[in-house]
Amino acid sequence: MNPTISRRSFLKATGLTLAVSITPMGYSILNAAEKKDLKPFNPNAWLQITSDNKVTISIGNSEMGQGVLTSQSMILADELEADWKQVRIRQGGAKPEYKNPILPGQITVGSASIRGFYEPLRKAGAAGRAMLVKAAAETWNVPESECIAVLGTVKHEKSKRSLTYGQLCEKAAKLEVPKDPPLKKEEEFRYMGKSMPRVDVPEKVKGKAVYGLDVNEVNFKDLKDMHYAVIARPPAYGAKPISFDQKAAEQVKGVVKVIQIPQGIAVCATSTEAALKGKEALKVQWDKGTHPDMDNAFIEKLMLSDLDKPGGKVHEAGDVRKALAEASKKVEATYYIPAVAHATMEPMNTTAYVREDRCDIWSPTQNQSGCVGAAAGITKLPPEKIHVHTTYLGCGLGRRAFGDFVGEAVSLSKNLGKPVKVLWTREDDIKYDRFRAPMTHRIQAALDTQGQLVGWSHKTAAISILRPVNPAAVKDGTDDYCLWGLWDRNPFTWNAKIQYEIPNLYIEFAMTDLPIPCWPWRAVQNGPNAFAIECFMDELAHAAGKDPLEFRLQNLKNNKRASRVLQTVAEKAGWGKPIPKGQGRGIAQAATFGTWTAQVAELSVDKNTGRIEVHRVVVAVDCGPVINPGPLVEQLEGGIILALSTALKEEVKFDKGGVASSNFGDYPILRMSEVPEIEVHIVKSTDRIGGIGELGIPALAPAVANAFFNATGVRIRRIPLTPKVVMDALKKT
Amino acid sequence: MISLNVNGKNYKVDVPDDATLLWVLRDHLRMTGTKYSCGIGECGACTVHINGKAERSCVIPVSQVKGKKITTIEGLSENHPVKKAWIKEQVPQCGFCQPGVMMQVAALMSQKPALNADQIISKMDDVICRCGTYLRIKKGIKTAVQMARKEAKK
Repeated sequence: MNPTISRRSFLKATGLTLAVSITPMGYSILNAAEKKDLKPFNPNAWLQITSDNKVTISIGNSEMGQGVLTSQSMILADELEADWKQVRIRQGGAKPEYKNPILPGQITVGSASIRGFYEPLRKAGAAGRAMLVKAAAETWNVPESECIAVLGTVKHEKSKRSLTYGQLCEKAAKLEVPKDPPLKKEEEFRYMGKSMPRVDVPEKVKGKAVYGLDVNEVNFKDLKDMHYAVIARPPAYGAKPISFDQKAAEQVKGVVKVIQIPQGIAVCATSTEAALKGKEALKVQWDKGTHPDMDNAFIEKLMLSDLDKPGGKVHEAGDVRKALAEASKKVEATYYIPAVAHATMEPMNTTAYVREDRCDIWSPTQNQSGCVGAAAGITKLPPEKIHVHTTYLGCGLGRRAFGDFVGEAVSLSKNLGKPVKVLWTREDDIKYDRFRAPMTHRIQAALDTQGQLVGWSHKTAAISILRPVNPAAVKDGTDDYCLWGLWDRNPFTWNAKIQYEIPNLYIEFAMTDLPIPCWPWRAVQNGPNAFAIECFMDELAHAAGKDPLEFRLQNLKNNKRASRVLQTVAEKAGWGKPIPKGQGRGIAQAATFGTWTAQVAELSVDKNTGRIEVHRVVVAVDCGPVINPGPLVEQLEGGIILALSTALKEEVKFDKGGVASSNFGDYPILRMSEVPEIEVHIVKSTDRIGGIGELGIPALAPAVANAFFNATGVRIRRIPLTPKVVMDALKKT
Repeated sequence: MISLNVNGKNYKVDVPDDATLLWVLRDHLRMTGTKYSCGIGECGACTVHINGKAERSCVIPVSQVKGKKITTIEGLSENHPVKKAWIKEQVPQCGFCQPGVMMQVAALMSQKPALNADQIISKMDDVICRCGTYLRIKKGIKTAVQMARKEAKK
């Protein structure tokens, strides 16, 4: 697949070209033929039909395995009534016009690619279909109502005449775009709701897919004389170089230049290995940095003590103090969720080529808007001279929405005057990750005499995600991104908050002051927040003497979607049925990004070694309409496996004020033999369409921890549940 | 100059003896299907065949593979049951680890006496997939083994 399509090729093409223009007021469908100069349109998703009878769809979102190229194209092609065989799909470039209607930019995050583009893409397809039908009706001089579009052809049944979209496109291009084209009814859907093979799979299997790391002059001829750079980076936060041997590095064969930048000391060379050897030869001496005493124990202790310091009020309803004072039963628990790394299989990298009048960026980025912003800042070129070529992404998990690795490539290329590929080694990728923010939670709740939940006081401490990048977004010392899953004050997160109906609810946030950079990690803090909420709900059910499922349903009386996924997962998993001795079963639910989920996990615990084996995970999901069911199941499976990796194994190790974890040897990740059976059940729903990419994450870890309690009678209020953590907990009781 | 035989062709590359096979393939021969991910032989993304055996190209100096037959994902036949099964079962998500995973499976499938699918699966704990496609990889292995059996019967 050609990863980019230039504006010129659209201008050159004849035929019908429709664009979706996002404006602050919404969006409108525009016809490229209406104006010769395309610029004022600011299109974000292109549909082009050419006289060779091809339909070309250009996608602005990044493909990282979630199948966005396929699913967004299915929506458009379906409403257009195109034949899938005539559809070509292209990765679009970076344009402000590709902005997601519900997000601040062209950025693939927040499980938002379908929920943001579902309606505009349907309308764009439907508008095209209406125009093609009209063009045919005018050609034949018959009423439009007698013409129908079928698989890339408009037919007039009465006269048995038909014309292909390719034959009609030039005439259709001269027509006005209908403002409110009729959309298909669900029963008329041809592609939506049916599993379609992903278009990115064949070239990935052949080994021909081009990821950021694979960019070279064979793929992109501009990259002749490409240089390779690696960067020696500080071993501790805030550490500065005391000395380094520039000459030794420059003497390494193939090394071209040593450049000191704020991130460290970059070695540019004619091959990756020469750059790596040059970096070794630098023998950099660093000072101790700003937090030489920081290690894991230090972090956990500080974050627990932050729960005692005054924080910012996030939400208050009713009188939680009174509810707690008058409670028939009061329950309190404290939870800790440590930092985890993104550790995508493709380490961070970007290739940039800065020339006098343009800057090209080849990047596995989730954030094209961010690339443009970063490059414009460094090069001082206007945004329209920054050209972003989005490659395939070797997994994203949110990490690639941050632009640090892009900026490095741009500034080194600018300095060297050559195309430069910056490679982060695996060690760089783990040590200089921006982690999922570690969190502590203390929750107190009140139960009345019937065992009904009447009050909930929740204090959480976290390292801020927003403060380093957007301090203005931090209000009263509270960070919205850290709160998703607990409380939701953003318009684009669609109900990312505690689902239970609690008459007296108080939520407070305390910001932990540590230099560890944090950033969204698949599902952002929905994961850690759901862990605290759902483990605590299990404790409350136990305290109230109720079944964990019943107790949840009892506090979700008016929440149909949450109740329905819980009931579905319980039925499918055989909740309440006997389980073999030594095994445990746990349940949890979570909603975010407009989708509701519930999971049941079944596991056994080896009491001699502390090893947990998860046998089976059942998930029920309600995301409204489903576009491509196959990849939807894949996303939930993948999310559950990733979350299980964090529940059982992952914790970033810190030492001497820096990151001690360095590679897959000391940062263990779940392996194939540790993966349970996973069953995905989609709850049929006609509600507003929600997100999927991150929805396997939140309910998994609490379902596992609750299953552990069910198996052992012991609560562990942290993850990962490593054999050591399990043995320590079992010995204590 | 070092002579290498990759995917049935001979190449001469101007690299030192201690150059790593992975980077020679990627930077010098421009065969980018073989991936860098950990550089220490932990994850399997760089797996290639050396004389038919799955090996981690990120920890092998080129001097060790002189005169040996190297096969990369690009050299694995398009009709290989692993490639066909991977498409049929829609195994990859991001796909970055999959060339290495497929090469490891293909090597295990060519062992004599033949391994069954479960035996192959039990030898796959040394590969990492961050997207969590492990269940699909298992499915892919089962399908590939079935396909290979059917082909052998023909």
